Amino acid sequence: MWAAFETAELGHIVGLSLTVSLSATVVAAVVGLPSGAALAVCRFPGRRMLVLLTNAFLGLPPVVVGLALYLMLSRSGPLGALKLLFTPGAMVLAQAVLATPIITALVHRAIEEPWQEYGGALRLDGATWLRSIRMLLAIARRSVLTAVLAGFGRTVSEVGAVLIVGGNIAGYTRTMTTTIALETSKGNLGLALGLGFILIGITVAVSAAAFVLGERR
Amino acid sequence: MKAPQFFTLAFVLFLGHASIAAEQSSPQSIILASTTSVENSGLLAAILPAFTKETGITVHVLAQGTGQALQTAARDDADLILVHDPEAEQKFIAAGDGIDRRQIAWNDFIVVGPRSDPAHIAGTHDAVAALKAIAGTQAPFVSRGDKSGTDALEHRLWRVAGIDPTEAGEGSWYRDIGGGMGAALNSAQATNAYTISDRGTWLSFGNKGDLTVLAEGDPRLLNRYDVILLNPAKHPVPKQASARRFAEWLLSPEGQAAIGAYKVAGEQLFRPSATAPK
Repeated sequence: MWAAFETAELGHIVGLSLTVSLSATVVAAVVGLPSGAALAVCRFPGRRMLVLLTNAFLGLPPVVVGLALYLMLSRSGPLGALKLLFTPGAMVLAQAVLATPIITALVHRAIEEPWQEYGGALRLDGATWLRSIRMLLAIARRSVLTAVLAGFGRTVSEVGAVLIVGGNIAGYTRTMTTTIALETSKGNLGLALGLGFILIGITVAVSAAAFVLGERR
Repeated sequence: MKAPQFFTLAFVLFLGHASIAAEQSSPQSIILASTTSVENSGLLAAILPAFTKETGITVHVLAQGTGQALQTAARDDADLILVHDPEAEQKFIAAGDGIDRRQIAWNDFIVVGPRSDPAHIAGTHDAVAALKAIAGTQAPFVSRGDKSGTDALEHRLWRVAGIDPTEAGEGSWYRDIGGGMGAALNSAQATNAYTISDRGTWLSFGNKGDLTVLAEGDPRLLNRYDVILLNPAKHPVPKQASARRFAEWLLSPEGQAAIGAYKVAGEQLFRPSATAPK
């Protein structure tokens, strides 16, 4: 059943899946951690609306995000000059869009409570917004780690968006999830299921590694 | 992870992507919008290494239905096209999008269904009669419904049969699944339904179960694969030289021999036809 796959090919698929999903998670965390914390700490007009939108976007349909990005990144679209369509870069972008609201919303929730508890002290201390946010993220780091892992879970398991903007090109933009969909369509159900178990194994390994690193500090 | 480490990692990953993107935009890689039947049957994976070795040009293959492949190319997102729906191809060329359409290979479509064959079509060489029998007995039939070349052929056959399957059987025996060939075969296998497949996908399909070939050999089931270049008058075609080189290689004796040599389970999937188009 594995004869159809060369080890090098499988290695590339696993490597690309991890690179794309981890990069997207990093991008989403770079945007989501400060945004989520700012939503909890800063008071500005429209904040409640932003909180509501962020939570609503938890359910962003990947296939719609994929289609919207496809139209924008298409060579005849507004961002066509970037030449990102059907490249791993486009896949990172799509998954980052999907993971950012998840990380933002969960970090916002995680920071709300410590802010109520320590906010007064921090302000008395004369701490700047930036310093407050950094302190609070450190205090709530376990919940923040869970938020980032939830974002990673979304990216690594996602198939609808990467299929549209990546094109499932063999040896270039083919990931674990798109391979599983492809092998299912070729009637190689055993192989598809086997790849599924590998994907689950990788996800568990990444989460466990992050968890151990988080506990150590 | 501390902030500096975090940003270093982000930066390294970004550089990795930038280099991938740079490779993509070099003239040495082209995007071929093709159909699932050519890609999923393994043909392109088998013949592309020889072309890449000879020319240094990497071919990135998008496996889409013919309708979607033509759309992708019309939006400038592919450099050349390899599809199998003569009517849609003619429209594409008439609209000024494509030029230099050439046939590279052919095989045929087949009607597959459960061994029990409730519509009694086994052994017939008349595809239209087979569809009439399926509609007459209201036996389940899976339609691609995705504007692919196979879907277009199926609808042409229904038109010849004088039957509107959507009107006659949608919601009951006629099942429009809106998916690729593999999805249609999986669906037919699971529900004891009939469907029409291209021979390449059928031969390389791994979940045949109780499905078997029931009707074949009708001249109307001819399946032609054409390569088409984009019209520079309407499209930017930054990589036309490389795209043309690939099209010419497919038509060359070497490319034709590679196509003819590709076999699955001892059976030849595609018949090269550059010199004698069907």
